[in-house]
Formats: sequence, C-alpha cells, structure tokens
Amino acid sequence: MKAFTRLNGLVCPIDRANVDTDAIIPKQFLKSIKRSGFGPYLFDEWRYADFGEPGMDCTNRPKRPEFALNQARYQGAQVLLARDNFGCGSSREHAPWAIEDYGFRVMIAPSFADIFFSNSYKNAILPIVASAEIVDRLFKECEATEGYKLDVDLEAQTVTTPSGFSFSFDITPHRKHCLLNGLDDIGLTLVHAEQIKAFEAKHKAQQPWLFA
Amino acid sequence: MAKTLYDKLWDSHVVRQEEDGTCLLYIDRHLMHEVTSPQAFEGLRLAGRKAWRNTSIVAVPDHNTPTNNWDRDIEDPISKTQVDTLDANIKEFGSLIYFPFKHKNQGIIHVIAPENGATLPGMTVVCGDSHTATHGAFGALAHGIGTSEVEHVLATQTLVQKKSKAMLVKVEGALGAGVTAKDVALAIIGKIGTAGGTGYCIEFAGSAIRGLSMEGRMTVCNLAIEAGARAGIIGVDQITIDYLEGREHAPKGEQWNQAVEYWKTLHTEEGAAFDAVVEMNAAEIEPQVTWGTSPEQVLAVGGNVPNPANEADPVKRAGIERALQYMGLQADMPITDIQIDKVFIGSCTNSRIEDMRAAAVVAKGKKVAANVKLALVVPGSGIVKRQAEAEGLDKIFIEAGFEWREPGCSMCLAMNADRLSPGERCASTSNRNFEGRQGPGGRTHLVSPAMAAAAAIAGHFVDIRQA
Repeated sequence: MKAFTRLNGLVCPIDRANVDTDAIIPKQFLKSIKRSGFGPYLFDEWRYADFGEPGMDCTNRPKRPEFALNQARYQGAQVLLARDNFGCGSSREHAPWAIEDYGFRVMIAPSFADIFFSNSYKNAILPIVASAEIVDRLFKECEATEGYKLDVDLEAQTVTTPSGFSFSFDITPHRKHCLLNGLDDIGLTLVHAEQIKAFEAKHKAQQPWLFA
Repeated sequence: MAKTLYDKLWDSHVVRQEEDGTCLLYIDRHLMHEVTSPQAFEGLRLAGRKAWRNTSIVAVPDHNTPTNNWDRDIEDPISKTQVDTLDANIKEFGSLIYFPFKHKNQGIIHVIAPENGATLPGMTVVCGDSHTATHGAFGALAHGIGTSEVEHVLATQTLVQKKSKAMLVKVEGALGAGVTAKDVALAIIGKIGTAGGTGYCIEFAGSAIRGLSMEGRMTVCNLAIEAGARAGIIGVDQITIDYLEGREHAPKGEQWNQAVEYWKTLHTEEGAAFDAVVEMNAAEIEPQVTWGTSPEQVLAVGGNVPNPANEADPVKRAGIERALQYMGLQADMPITDIQIDKVFIGSCTNSRIEDMRAAAVVAKGKKVAANVKLALVVPGSGIVKRQAEAEGLDKIFIEAGFEWREPGCSMCLAMNADRLSPGERCASTSNRNFEGRQGPGGRTHLVSPAMAAAAAIAGHFVDIRQA
C-alpha cells in the first residue's frame, strides 16, 4: 500500500447526501476481476450521458457538463468533499478503488458509511470526518474560490484552508500508523499467527461444531 | 456487568486487543460469491499464501448468473469469466461448501448458508457483501467486508476491527394483518434514517420480532445495513433452534445437545446497557412503499408523496427534489396512484419459501395487469425453488402471468440480464432503491412480497389489506 503523510490538494465538491456505492461505481464495472482501472468509470452515470460498459474508452464519451468531475476548475482534484453518509449501500471495494484510481487521496464529509470508511483505509485513502458546519463552510469556500486547495497533514491530524483556518480530525493510532508507513494489515496480523492458532485451538475445544 | 448479545459475540472472538481498542477478531464462517472475491484470491496467490482454514468457506456464484435459459450457459463473456474465476479459485484453495452454477442447490449466498445449516448461532460470519447482516438473525455476529478484508480473512482467519456501539431496536406488540417483516424493517429505516445505525450493531428485540419466523428475522437483519448498521442481530430462542435442527451442516447427536445448551445463552442479559434505544409500536406499522432513491424515503401505502416545499433543511429539500425528479413523481400524489411497469419478487431480502408463499396467496387465481410488462419471481435457491414447486406455487405464479425463474440475485442489482430499462418503474422486494440500482435510469419502489404481488395484479400500488 502507498503511504500517506501530507497533501496540498485541489478540492472537488460532490454536493449530495447519501451518495451510495452504486453511484460511485455502477454494477456493470464490478464484473472485472482486477483491482485497477476503475477511475475512468467513477460516478459513471452522473458523469457521462451515455451508458457505460466495462472496458469502454471514456475519452470521447458524451459528458454531463454540470457534474463537478467534468468541470475544468476541478481537474486534477485530490480531495473529495462530500455530504452525510457518503459511501452507503453495497460493500464493494470497487468504490474506493475507483476513487483512488481517479486520483483522490482524501475525502472529507460529516459522516461516512461504515464499510466504505474501512475499505478506504485499505487503499491509502484518508477519510476525514468533520462537523456539518465545517463541511458546509468548505463547500461555500470551494464554490467561491477557483483553485481551492486544502492542506492535509496526517501526522498532525489537521486540515488547513487557504485562509489559514484549521481544524483537527480523529483517526485510530492503528490506522494512522498503517497509512503513514504504507503498511497493509495481513503482514502485521501474521506476526501474531501463534496467538491466532492458540485462540483457534481453545475455540475449537469449546465449540467443536464450528469446525465440523 | 450485564452483557448484551453483541458483547457476548464480540468477547468470545477477540484474539488480541491493541491499546487503542483495535482488535483481531476470529472469523468462524467466510461466505463468498464471485464479485468481491477474485482480487482477494489473486492477492493471496501473489503473496504465496494459502487459505488459513478453507473449511470455513461457503461459496456460490449468484450475482452474475442468469435466471433463465440455463442450457445456454452464461452468455455475457465478462460475467462468465467472473464465475469461472470463482470455480478455479475454490478448486485451488478449497471450501466446505461450493455450489457451482447450475448445481441443484445453487442460489443466493445469504439464502443457501442458513438453509444448509452453515450459519449457526454464536458464529462470526463475514462476506464481501453488505447483506451479510442477514445471518445475524441466528444470534451470529455477521457483517459485510471489503475485498481487502476478504483477503485478510482468507490469509489469517481474523479481521482487524474496533467494537461498534450497541443499539437496541425494540418492536413491541402484534403486527397487523398484511404487515410483514419487510414492512417492519422499512418502517425502522424510515424512522432512524439510512445513517441512523452508522457505527452501531443493532439488536432487534421485542415481542413483534420474537413473533417472526426465521425467514422474517432474516429479512429484518438483512436490512440493518440499509439503516447504516454493519450488523443486525436477534437473540436465540426456540424458533432459531427448531429451524436449525436436522440441517445438513448443523451439529448432530451429542454435539447438537452441547451446542443448543450454549446457544440458549445467546441473548442480552436483563439490565444490559445500550448506547441507543429505539422503541416502536408494532400495531402502528403499516405496509410500506419507498417513493424515493434511498430506503429512508419510505411511507405507509396510504400516504402521499412528500412535497419538498414542506422540508426546512436545504440539503434534505434538494434530496427530495432530486428524488422526485429521478423517480418521475409529483409531490403530494397518493402512493396508490403510482403505476408500475415491472415487478421483481426475489433477492436476499425476500426470496425464501415464506416470501414465495406470501406472494402466491395474493396471485392465486388472478392475472398480472396489462400495463405490467414483466413480473419476475426468482426463488433464492434451488432448495427454495423445489419446495415452492412441491407446493404448487410455481403453477400459481405462471397461471397468473408471472415468470418463474431459476435462483440468483437477478434484478436486485441487475448484474445479469434481468434489469429495468431507463424510466421503467418496478415494485421490488429487494433492498435498494438507489438510482440505477436495477438498471440505468430504472425506478425502484421497495415493498414486501405480498405488496409486490398485489401491485402486479392491480398495475399500481394497492394496500394489501384492501386487496
């Protein structure tokens, strides 16, 4: 996994609550057996006027100009600004794969759906929960300021706006450690393989039917 | 201190705990389907790892499989590759149960695991699928995970998790005639919202929940995720135990007795504390119909479509306006005036035998309305299908003008050929009314099986209590 330490990134606003993972990456793209290549289909139905199919070259597809990802001012965005309950619905990790493949590394919203939130960390994307007031302020500033960038510092757990306004965010020490160092969980967990084996033996003695 | 059911399930699976509360949780049952597993197996292969305990795996292809013309195999080559990939991965890594495409017991993963006795009380159950919450109906801690976590469970038999908060949703009293588990679940989501359960494990309790069959309880827990909760659970009682006895992978003989003794302890203790409590009166719950593009946009069938002008919160108002536009509905119109084009009875929410029966009772001796282009009944598994056929339900559906299909996820998410065309409106027993969920531009209204069948007959939504 890529490490994440600090980022000064252009912000793209997706101004809707309850954005579900079906919207982030529609089902037809889930037929892929790969982890990569989902970025061009991120928000496919909101982004393009035609029906997207897996493997399609998106360069010349008709775009919906009103959608933020299609606007010149948001090209190259790395910070996704969203509303409540972002990433709800299906557990498909294809959603964070698409977001990461597109180029986003940070998401800021008042709340995220649980499974999506946890999937994001596994893909070196930092989801930041901020109060509804702060998120609202960021939406307004982003709308008003072309080239609006945020400075995200994971070590310090802070986000700073161009005007110098700064707020802090929470992250568990475990997730922070993994992100800062680009570590994925499996290697870390297998350090404890003996402990898992010991647990398993005890568990089996207590509930042998689970191992039948 | 008195423990909740969630405490008991959690505590009995913690392998180790970090200072910040992050735990390694042991996983008993790993369910799999073809969509969210290929990248996990590939990761395992690249790292030269084996499955830690392949007898924990129960797998089936369900999302991509067609529900008719099985003699033609899977015609979409990309879908076929995904299904073939699951075949090859299971062959390489092993499993306890694998029902390949066209196997007589094939079906939706969340239907086949319980009916084969592979979901048991006290288990931790995971699957790369958000509707894994279903299995909580058995007093198991069950939730959806992402593909990276699928790989993690394959490699280590554990998950890295922090404990959620605990919410109690208590539904007391008797449900009215025509009101089902689906209506209870939708009413709960309507009350607490699609993010109401975020960060929580929800325990469903109260006399109305205890009064439900296992099929009904699975419907309620299945929809916990639509309320934002990764897991929904229900304490074990005699109904749970009776359902499991004699199922293929349920314990037998002396082990059965031991297991039952333990399972009977799987309920919340008197006086245990919850972080949040929601109480509902069963008698006040009416048959539900969603009108919008989020499961929380739901109303009793006698209601009128909301008017955005009455909503003070600007984000919510914009949400209502967008939903009405997408759904092609007028503010204030009665739900029962909404005409439908298609009907889908199926999905991991409502494709079990009881659901088939409830729909068949309504369809018996009637005809699907002329304006309904397609009315699909898709049983959840081969076992459900054969049982329904033994009861003659297939004939009732076919005579009424429904199509009786082969098992699979089908038009719940339209990864196979079963889908809505742009603008088409569907009465669906599935779980998500998101934009494009049942096909791009498709319009979904979530209802119970009986309400879906009644809508098929009338051509528009009707109150099942008056049908």
